[in-house]
Amino acid sequence: MDPMRRSPSPCSSRPSSPRTPPCEMLGYVGIEAVLDQLKIKAMKMGFEFNIMVVGQSGLGKSTMVNTLFKSKMWKSTVQGLGTPTPQTLKLQSVTHVIEEKGVKLKLTVTDTPGFGDQINNDKCLRPLDIEFLQRLCRTVNVVPVIARADSLTIEERETFRRRIQHNLRTHCIEVYPQKCFDEDINDRILNSKIRDRIPFAVVGADREHLVNGRCVLGRKTKWGIIEVENLAHCEFPLLRDLLIRSHLQDLKDITHNVHYENYRVCRLNESHLLPRGPGWVNLAQTPAGPLAAPQPSKACQQDQEDSKDDDEY
Amino acid sequence: MTSEVGRHLLFQSHMPTKTTCLSSQVSDDEQKQKRENIRSLTMSGHVGFESLPDQLVNRSIQQGFCFNILCVGETGIGKSTLIDTLFNTNFEDHGSSHFYPHVRLKAQTYELHESNVRLKLTIVNTVGFGDQINKEESYQPIVDYIDAQFEAYLQEELKIKRALSHYHDSRIHVCLYFISPTGHSLKTLDLLAMKSLDSKVNIIPVIAKADAISKAELQKFKIKLMSELVSNGVQIYQFPTDDETIAKINASMNGHLPFAVVGSMDEVKVGNKMVKARQYPWGVVQVENENHCDFVKLREMLICTNMEDLREQTHTRHYELYRRCKLEEMGFTDVGPENKPLSLQETYEAKRHEFYGERQRKEEEMKQMFVQRVKEKEAILKEAERELQAKFEHLKRVHQEERMKLEEKRRLLEEEIIAFSKKKATSEIYQNQPYMASGSNLKKDKDRKNSNFM
Repeated sequence: MDPMRRSPSPCSSRPSSPRTPPCEMLGYVGIEAVLDQLKIKAMKMGFEFNIMVVGQSGLGKSTMVNTLFKSKMWKSTVQGLGTPTPQTLKLQSVTHVIEEKGVKLKLTVTDTPGFGDQINNDKCLRPLDIEFLQRLCRTVNVVPVIARADSLTIEERETFRRRIQHNLRTHCIEVYPQKCFDEDINDRILNSKIRDRIPFAVVGADREHLVNGRCVLGRKTKWGIIEVENLAHCEFPLLRDLLIRSHLQDLKDITHNVHYENYRVCRLNESHLLPRGPGWVNLAQTPAGPLAAPQPSKACQQDQEDSKDDDEY
Repeated sequence: MTSEVGRHLLFQSHMPTKTTCLSSQVSDDEQKQKRENIRSLTMSGHVGFESLPDQLVNRSIQQGFCFNILCVGETGIGKSTLIDTLFNTNFEDHGSSHFYPHVRLKAQTYELHESNVRLKLTIVNTVGFGDQINKEESYQPIVDYIDAQFEAYLQEELKIKRALSHYHDSRIHVCLYFISPTGHSLKTLDLLAMKSLDSKVNIIPVIAKADAISKAELQKFKIKLMSELVSNGVQIYQFPTDDETIAKINASMNGHLPFAVVGSMDEVKVGNKMVKARQYPWGVVQVENENHCDFVKLREMLICTNMEDLREQTHTRHYELYRRCKLEEMGFTDVGPENKPLSLQETYEAKRHEFYGERQRKEEEMKQMFVQRVKEKEAILKEAERELQAKFEHLKRVHQEERMKLEEKRRLLEEEIIAFSKKKATSEIYQNQPYMASGSNLKKDKDRKNSNFM
């Protein structure tokens, strides 16, 4: 083989992708030390993670987040019966930095108060849910969760879960972990197990109680204490392990390599117009941004009133 | 205190990615935290995200690593041997000739495995460096090659449908610059080459064939070299000292630069072990003996301690500089008129607008010019027509005049003919009268006739 054959001309392209078979090293060199270098760098830079919780108010979203990260991320809000449900969705974000064994995590939790308060999805997924989930799954990793599972028996949970899974399959809603991103057989086996248990039936609690001499997180009811971290009681540990202990990096990778790239392609192709489809929700604008366009219904009302005024004159 | 931020439902960013903005994101955590009003929280129990670095490492293991080394040095100085020794492998390579007219670069990629780490190693060698009599353009091909790799990456990054995670990164992470062991000072070529490369790549200078210099000379040589580099403003790579775990060793290694190295894949028996060494009649130079040369230090620093930092510096410093310059060359800026921040997309729109405006203007200009030319031509033709007409008129007039003159002449001639006829008639009458004084009459008539004709 002529070694000169591979010479690129000074101003030309890069070396072609290697098709050379692996080279045998005659002894230890120390290349694997790069893993430690990576770890050091990661510890120095810290990690970031952004979560959004979506669902009816009163389902225990804030409590759930607090339980997941064992801290007062969010003040759990209690909505009184008399307060009117807001017409528009207002997103609220809160960011905290938490540290564990030298690993710093900057966590941002976004809450969506007011979403879905008008509908009741006790029995199954309603059309609004279906539509919402379909769109959402194309833009972000979605993990569905059965909240307030303490009101369901184990059998009821299972039935509900199967019904939801059936609904999701029928409407081709791909929740996380998505089948199409399974890289090899190991991934598929691991993720299939997870997919079988989704949506997890969880219970959130931020109070500790004494059970058998141990201090556990749980909800105290008249008929017993529901231990949040007990797999027999609820599936909170599964959710926590998925989100934090095993798949956090994967969630970030898919968001970066797939969802963001898809967004980027659409955005670059469409010049400066953001796509607006039916059902576009009017959201509160940032203070520095321009004023939101008025709702069509409001505008019509305004016109009518104006014309009324004119008539009077 | 919660910070209320309204966000568009379709607009979610989940990681600190490279934005399309030109300026590199400075990760100044504290400042940012203060600005965004982020609180530190303490947790009441074990959550489990301490596994995050491991998750990251696992992902990297799956992806594999990529490392690209550029070796710059004269022919025969020992580049390939050193690389072989560094990676403890016999990479396929044959010696090269001294007679190349130009400097070229030769790149080869290999795949190395060590425990669960897969490394795609690319070695780029200069061929013919320093062999030419005229060394003026020796280092330009090297600069061009480095730029070409940056350009390829930039092109991929700017694509609409891009695959950066699968991209085979060919950007040079480190340049090992081989200095001849003359013991005196840096050659001019070396100085110029390093000066033109130091803003584009991490340079680690090494003294090649260090077994040719004695220990005492070596120390002086190193000091001389470093002072020359410093006084000429050459920025070589400094091993990072910001992390406590490696700061101490890196700082001490920085003091041993340039590393005096010896390369050899030949093994010699020393004591009861076989070691890599070079055998001379007067002794054995052991490659991995730190008393004999700095090879072990180089391997430590290059591979075991700072490989990741070299890759990161290449990406966040050298590549960003190239990218910024390139984009600015194309006319993009971050700050528009009135110092307002400008996004790439805005600049692009503005440029496109400008381009269409320019094109329209040129079209108008061409139209105008065309109309003008037509007018001019028309005028010329009209002028010609007028001239022709004038000539025609003139000729007509002349012709008319001539005709009149001729008419006049004819009239005169006719009058004369009539007069002559009259005379002739009169003379014939006289001829018919009796001949009394015929002779004299005849004579008189003849005279009269003659006088008439005169």
